Amino acid sequence: MAASGGRTVGSFLWKCGNCCFNFNTVSSNLTRQVLSRQLCVSAVLHRKNLAAAGPEKFSEEFIKKQVEEFNIGKRHLANMMGEDPETFTQGDINRSIAYLFPSGLFDKKAKPLMKHPDEVFPKQRAVQWGADGRPFHFLFYTGKQSYYSLMHDTFTKALAVEKHQDRLRGKDLFTQDAKQISLVGSRWLLKEELEELLVETISEHDYARFIQLMERLLSLPYCSVEEDFVQRYRRQLEIQSSKQQVQPLQYDQHGVAYSTGDGKQRKTATGTVLLRDSGSGSISINGTNYVHYFPVLQDREQLMFPLHFMGVLGRFDMQCSVSGGGHSSQAGALRLAISRAMLSFLSEGQVETMRQAGLLTPDPRIKERKKPGQEGARRKFTWKKR
Amino acid sequence: NFMPVCSLGLCGLHHPWLVAAGYSCSGPLCATAVAVKTLPLQTDSTNVTDKILNLPLEMPDFFRCADRLMEPYLFGSRLDQDIIDLDQTVEHLQSALNFTAHIAYRGSVILFVSRRRQFGHLVESTAQDCGEYAHTRYWQGGLLTNAPIQYGPGVRLPDLIVFFSTLNNVFQQHVGVRDAAKMNIPTVGLVDSNCNPSLVTYPVPGNDDTPAAMELYCRLFKMTINRAKDKRRQMELLQGRSAVGLTTSS
Repeated sequence: MAASGGRTVGSFLWKCGNCCFNFNTVSSNLTRQVLSRQLCVSAVLHRKNLAAAGPEKFSEEFIKKQVEEFNIGKRHLANMMGEDPETFTQGDINRSIAYLFPSGLFDKKAKPLMKHPDEVFPKQRAVQWGADGRPFHFLFYTGKQSYYSLMHDTFTKALAVEKHQDRLRGKDLFTQDAKQISLVGSRWLLKEELEELLVETISEHDYARFIQLMERLLSLPYCSVEEDFVQRYRRQLEIQSSKQQVQPLQYDQHGVAYSTGDGKQRKTATGTVLLRDSGSGSISINGTNYVHYFPVLQDREQLMFPLHFMGVLGRFDMQCSVSGGGHSSQAGALRLAISRAMLSFLSEGQVETMRQAGLLTPDPRIKERKKPGQEGARRKFTWKKR
Repeated sequence: NFMPVCSLGLCGLHHPWLVAAGYSCSGPLCATAVAVKTLPLQTDSTNVTDKILNLPLEMPDFFRCADRLMEPYLFGSRLDQDIIDLDQTVEHLQSALNFTAHIAYRGSVILFVSRRRQFGHLVESTAQDCGEYAHTRYWQGGLLTNAPIQYGPGVRLPDLIVFFSTLNNVFQQHVGVRDAAKMNIPTVGLVDSNCNPSLVTYPVPGNDDTPAAMELYCRLFKMTINRAKDKRRQMELLQGRSAVGLTTSS
């Protein structure tokens, strides 16, 4: 197969063939043939090469064959993991591959993957002309048929809107305050998304012209006639705070509200917090008072920051447990856990303020690995001129 | 100061730079407010001639320096307008349309080209209605000459290219004219007084500036091509019937 560096499961299975795995579905001969194919694919095919110049690199039969092999491989994988082949989902596949081929690499694209060929191989166009040689699309000879046909259609819509306006003016029904298309909370398609839609590469200039033409269409007073067309090229912006999972408040025997902040990581330190709405403001970490546990002022400030920010300093009682890392990372982990625990006590607007303050974002920084040929992660060996 | 230049022109002492100097003094004339010029109607004129004569086809060009090679098609110029001889236009248009009809009858690929942004949409719509192809955008260098690499091996090039304006946006000759000549593709071109008609197989001297003129030409070409295709379908049906008749009779 084309991709180099892909792991072949064939050899592995062949070795384990003696170890009584169940291959219910296929006979032994077919097993041998099929298993020598690659189940996992490398990063080479991740690169999106839209509109490959010249004939399609992957023909239809090739893709069909890949789909069949993927389905057979999925069933084998399910059997290997001892699960039901009929209800084996993509999530199960990912977990199984991560289990069978553990990878310490950071880059997601470098890890072995097993996905449906439609997601792996880039979408490309079939041959553009029929048996007699006549191309199918009327703008074929421009070279960028999808993009130019999109521009042509947009312009046609603009002309239609103008004609509609003229007709209304003729009947004296033209008003400046016609219903406008609401553009709040949505954005134009990005250049990459447009390329994906058209299965064609577009230059920056082309994209700018397209946006210009759409804006011109939107500037007409009666553009709501073509609202569907316009909305096809807009994407909704998601409100970030709605992604936050706020756990409901829990109440213990005395009726006091409490909530737990789940264990958060900051550079190998994990912490959990139990917030009680009792009103004393005492904090204990791993059984000891926070003043004794964190002698440094900076760490205590980190603990207090979420409470201080929302103005609820003396309200909560905290029982924290923390392990791993150093004092700074423990303080950071606890801060995030406290913020998460506080969410259940706050309203939507306050959640959004906390998110914008950065209290709810886990800090992804970890120690960078040392590279060979260098003394540290960044430090190079002393350079000697001779 | 235009009259002396015009008289010079009519006398035949035609120096391009004098002409240019004379015209450049005038500045851009407003093309919109020009009276319709109707030449005296001829007794045996066809419908097409009537249509052409009744339209304001002789309109001023902005950067108009009449090409030397266009002189046989022009009467001359008056008040800064080049007057095209419409009898010749009719003959040329007739032969061009006849040729297009034959090409369409044989089921070949026809490409409409125009780089005038004012009429790009019109030309594309015409091509769509005929079932033929259009190119009214930026012409990439190797579209005809480097076709197998640009489109893919085994691509079929157009068998006829119809230029609705042989100039590009910078008032130079469109690259497609030269490329078609290189690839031995016949061309039909609407040549205005500032165009070079030498490389066009079937030049049609006429105005390419006004919307009315362009709409007329688009309509004519669309009509020709549709009629040719209908005729082809008719003939194929007849052939099919006659073949069936032969087999059943024998």
